[in-house]
Amino acid sequence: MNSSKQTASTSFKAPDSSSLQLNDQGRLRHFLTTENLSKDILTEIMDVAESFSSVADQAVKKVPVLRGKTIVNLFFEDSTRTRTTFELAAKRLSADVINLNIATSATSKGESILDTIRNLEAMHADMFVVRHGDSGAAHFIARHVAPHVSVINAGDGRHAHPTQAMLDMFSIRREKKEFKGLKVAIIGDILHSRVARSQIHALNTLGVQEVRVIAPSTLLPSDTKSLGVQVHGDLRSGLDGVDVIIMLRLQRERMGGALLPSEHEYFECFGLTAEKLAYAKPDVTVMHPGPINRGVEMDADVADGKHSIILQQVTNGIAIRMAVMTLALGANRASDSS
Amino acid sequence: MNICIKGGRVIDPANGRDGVQEVYISKGIIQGVGEAPKDFRAELTINASGSFVMPGFVDLNTNLREPGYEQKGTIKSETKAAVRAGYTTVCCSPNTQPVLDTPAVAQLIIDKAELAGYAKVLPLGALTVGLEGKALSEAYALKKAGCIALCQTPNNMTSQVLRGALQYATTHDLLVILKPEDMSIKDGGCVHAGVISSKLGLPGIPTSAETVAIAQIIEIAEETGARVHLTGISSAKSVAMLARAQFDKLTITADVHAHHLHLTEYDVGTFDANYHTSPPLRSQADKDALIEGVAKGIIDVSSGHQPHEVEAKQAPFPSTEPGISSLETVLPLMLELVDDGLISLTQVVERLALSPSKILGIESGSLSEKVAANIVIIDPEAQWTVNDENWQSNGVNTPFWGQQMTGMVTHTLVNGRLVFEK
Repeated sequence: MNSSKQTASTSFKAPDSSSLQLNDQGRLRHFLTTENLSKDILTEIMDVAESFSSVADQAVKKVPVLRGKTIVNLFFEDSTRTRTTFELAAKRLSADVINLNIATSATSKGESILDTIRNLEAMHADMFVVRHGDSGAAHFIARHVAPHVSVINAGDGRHAHPTQAMLDMFSIRREKKEFKGLKVAIIGDILHSRVARSQIHALNTLGVQEVRVIAPSTLLPSDTKSLGVQVHGDLRSGLDGVDVIIMLRLQRERMGGALLPSEHEYFECFGLTAEKLAYAKPDVTVMHPGPINRGVEMDADVADGKHSIILQQVTNGIAIRMAVMTLALGANRASDSS
Repeated sequence: MNICIKGGRVIDPANGRDGVQEVYISKGIIQGVGEAPKDFRAELTINASGSFVMPGFVDLNTNLREPGYEQKGTIKSETKAAVRAGYTTVCCSPNTQPVLDTPAVAQLIIDKAELAGYAKVLPLGALTVGLEGKALSEAYALKKAGCIALCQTPNNMTSQVLRGALQYATTHDLLVILKPEDMSIKDGGCVHAGVISSKLGLPGIPTSAETVAIAQIIEIAEETGARVHLTGISSAKSVAMLARAQFDKLTITADVHAHHLHLTEYDVGTFDANYHTSPPLRSQADKDALIEGVAKGIIDVSSGHQPHEVEAKQAPFPSTEPGISSLETVLPLMLELVDDGLISLTQVVERLALSPSKILGIESGSLSEKVAANIVIIDPEAQWTVNDENWQSNGVNTPFWGQQMTGMVTHTLVNGRLVFEK
């Protein structure tokens, strides 16, 4: 009989996001989710991004911050836009970049994710930028990488897309100066949106007054309120007095099944038009992560109008990704030397 | 061999026993409890003082994995885990490869189990050919080959096939074991549709995925008169529906996996695949109602044993295989409920041994005289850690790994044969 009085070990219990993302000194080591990160860290990401945003204006659009580092874009799901901005960010930091489109390579031959990771580590990769169709994929990889490797989540299933959320926060800060007192409305497919989840956490941490989500009930998670938002099924009441409107992308395959009847009806109820925009504050800012379904999510004249900062978001995205890469690899160096 | 179990607290609700008594066994049969049979001379005396002596447990749905999935477990490894856990009889799920839908596969499993020599294995025949949910399997042939009941998981049948299958089962007086799950509502979900699914963006399984299936099964069972057992229910609403059906005198029973009496959706934490179960872990209110259902005798307790190889859990959460290797933690988890004052020791025996035996119609689950000696002896104070040293199943996929448990099986007798001794 075993009479050892060992206390309950939690060796098999997965660590929570914050302990996984931060190193011993509380610095950002992986960037997997905006959840559980402090206001200080989110602010630091934006501050560093601000310092990088002038790089693009230089004749030589490069800084030698990550020279000699190897960054692997590990995309298990196709995405040209996101991959390109990460690639550009890495190159502006002088890192070496490898793009791996796993959706069409190794794992389809039966190789497990862990095997892929081990192989890339053997090639001395310093950072994985991961996109995957499963929620939790970036967490899974971060739990299994070697200690010197950082993982940046470039979108996992419906869970998180923290760099997209932070570029949106950065864009809001540049427009509105501060988060205090802001009312922000997120419109569209909350249920399937990793962007929305990351935005909600970040907005609440940064101290906005109110986050609202506006969507038909079929596109809301089971317990939306637990995310820390107010829920509106009516666009006009939801937009009443808001400072910022964030539109979400609506996948066409949501139409015509058990979720939504038609694009026409969706636009009628939830599409952003100049007429509906009038319910928001006069200086409202309109955002969209792109690509836009014009005439489904919003009218062309709103997308291209004076309230829209959609193209600035894209530019800001590169600075934010440069910031996150620099901070994460810097934190890893800091833990090496400690 | 003549065996005397001495000084233990005999807990045998079938005979209203709860007290220190001797148990006398010979020729594999219980010859007497309390009073020694005439001229009984023990060749082996087991000192059980300070221990509980109970009828061996009966599991209504265990995955032994063989044939076909030996990387997860074998008949030998998992029946050995069963007797270590106090189970003397296990019903094995038909979802093997090939599927247990022919007498040949049933015979193979029975033979291998006999050869292994640990727990008794009662095969559950597939309700439909290949478990595909389309055509009825040869129920009579499966019954003749030793299948104790028919079983279908997942529930991929149309209402028409389900009705036909339940109706046909009545012809051969066969129990049908079903996992209540509406696959179209489940729609690829992997956790309870609630707080955690909302937060983590994991596809959720609404409670209605279970209750719609239960409602459908109850209606068809009532109309056809079929004997149905639902395995692995997970919600408060399901308990209420079963209470109602039993009040209406329907022959419908159900079980809950022991870990559902301890864990909730929150335990999934940050994508911990060891908490990826099917059915999913639900809310605190669901958990409380399931415990109450067990305490009131509305539902029984099964292991829901699903051993896996390590790789099955090494992937992003939605891509991992659901299930817990759970046989060996059932008893300590039940004793914890006793310790918390939520159920009694007698109820532990009723829910793990007596009631499952009645559902299956087998002579087990009691310490009655002249029945086969299927007995488990438990040291209720023994502390052990869930680790390699104390683990028998091939599957180490348990969220309790590394944790300390209280209550341990010290002896297991199957047909009067000592098959496990700590």
